[in-house]
Amino acid sequence: MAIIEVRDLSYSYPDSPKPSILDVNFTMDEGEFVLITGPSGCGKTTFCKCLNGLIPNSYGGTFSGSVIVDGLLTTEHQVFEIAQHVGLVFQNPENELFCTTVEREVAFGPENLALPRDEVRSRVEEALSVVGISRLWDKSPEELSGGEQQKVAIAALLAMKPKVLVLDEPTANLDPLSARSVLNILAKLNTESGVTIILVEHRLEMVAHMADRCAVLDDGRLVLAGAPGDVLYSDMVDRIGIGIPKAIQVAKRLALSSKFGKRPLSSWDLADIIKEGKR
Amino acid sequence: MIFFEDVSYSYTPGRYALEHVNLSIGEAELVAILGENGAGKTTLVKHINGLLKPQSGKVTVCGIDSKTSTVAALARKVGLVFQNPDHQLFAETVEKELAFALVNFGMSLLGTSSGVDWAMKEFELTQYRERPPFMLSGGERKRLALASVLCYDPQILILDEPTTGQDSRQKSRLATLLKSLNREGKTVIVVTHDMEFVADFIPRVVILSKGRVIAEGLAEEILTNRELLLSASLLPPQLAELSWDLALQKPSIDLEQVVSEASKLIGGAQR
Repeated sequence: MAIIEVRDLSYSYPDSPKPSILDVNFTMDEGEFVLITGPSGCGKTTFCKCLNGLIPNSYGGTFSGSVIVDGLLTTEHQVFEIAQHVGLVFQNPENELFCTTVEREVAFGPENLALPRDEVRSRVEEALSVVGISRLWDKSPEELSGGEQQKVAIAALLAMKPKVLVLDEPTANLDPLSARSVLNILAKLNTESGVTIILVEHRLEMVAHMADRCAVLDDGRLVLAGAPGDVLYSDMVDRIGIGIPKAIQVAKRLALSSKFGKRPLSSWDLADIIKEGKR
Repeated sequence: MIFFEDVSYSYTPGRYALEHVNLSIGEAELVAILGENGAGKTTLVKHINGLLKPQSGKVTVCGIDSKTSTVAALARKVGLVFQNPDHQLFAETVEKELAFALVNFGMSLLGTSSGVDWAMKEFELTQYRERPPFMLSGGERKRLALASVLCYDPQILILDEPTTGQDSRQKSRLATLLKSLNREGKTVIVVTHDMEFVADFIPRVVILSKGRVIAEGLAEEILTNRELLLSASLLPPQLAELSWDLALQKPSIDLEQVVSEASKLIGGAQR
């Protein structure tokens, strides 16, 4: 069942002569993991804000077309309402954390839904445990590392039990090990809890193999969407200037898809294909 | 150009942020400083522009002992671009931001405006001349922060995580710029976690771990040393990983080399 339906979406920020999003059509099924990429300034962040209703509800501007998320038409519902269905994680966790302890931070959302105390407590405990930071419950978000802060931000959203998580370059400011740990949590949420994930990410070498589908935005338009093996191997992504992971570059140079009919997305897949080919 | 002689520094007594660091970086070198969070990378570079002074040992930059110099005097020679541009940008418009250092270093009006024009063109910011910096995208603010340092032409340039939030086209533009600055004789030091960027563009690397320099040398050798990277908690570049997965005799971070080695493996199968 479609959980996100974007139809003929175009959007321009107030006072901006040029649309940031142009004629985008995009449908996502519940439980899918979609990777969105594209050069900077292509409209990725704007697109994310359209998915939870921040655009146009909080930004104004010129909006046409429609976005339906979990059955809610975003232009007819308020952001707080949509937020219970779609959680949005930003690049810089410092900008969204404001409570004195991790526990307060994660409890903030469910408390504002006026849920009973026990329910709030159990949601907080569950959310912290899912992202693996239960031990940090009494710490101040300020004293945590960037990776830990990003996990707090994700836990705070999970406590709202959204069906969809939208993450806008959540690892951009993280070191590689923290980035990998955050990305692994997303993969786990997707496969084990069935959370629908939309991830905007530049570090394709870390995520290409996790996604069910990959969509490429360029200059506000959705120019490519499909299986990561099709999208990342197409000549078009080369032209747009997306950082194609080295394993894929090697596989393309070796013409593995014509020789073995395979399009590996990680170094280990590539190595397996070559080793099998040798046998 | 830059000498660290037995430098130690600690923020809290008993815990070294830098411990007996010896390091020399020559004129016109292009070097990456790598290490996990808390390894001491930022502490190290803050010693180069004098923001921090060694508690023991000695740091010499362009022949000046950092202890005898002010930050302002060193800042002319050492340009430091912070990781988070928001910690650095403060002017009302992109143009004023770029002009700030030039004016404060006593540059003439004409010199200032040509420096500003150069920087706006080089960093694709011309269209934003009148715009407040905070209205720019994350990647654009990052370019502006770099531009505002480069336009006063420091001899040594230090960039803290310059590639975060940059797409691949901007990364290769940045690399081209760093290389050309380097060819002009500038010393360029990049502090980064971006192993792919280092593997592609930076010839020499220094690895810090727990406040110590645990390795330095050619990127090609150090970034293919599995045990070393593991001990510094660093993730390898993907080509190194692929080299190991394929059990190549000579692991490499060079695309051509890996392609040629791997095609030999496949070639063997077809015969």
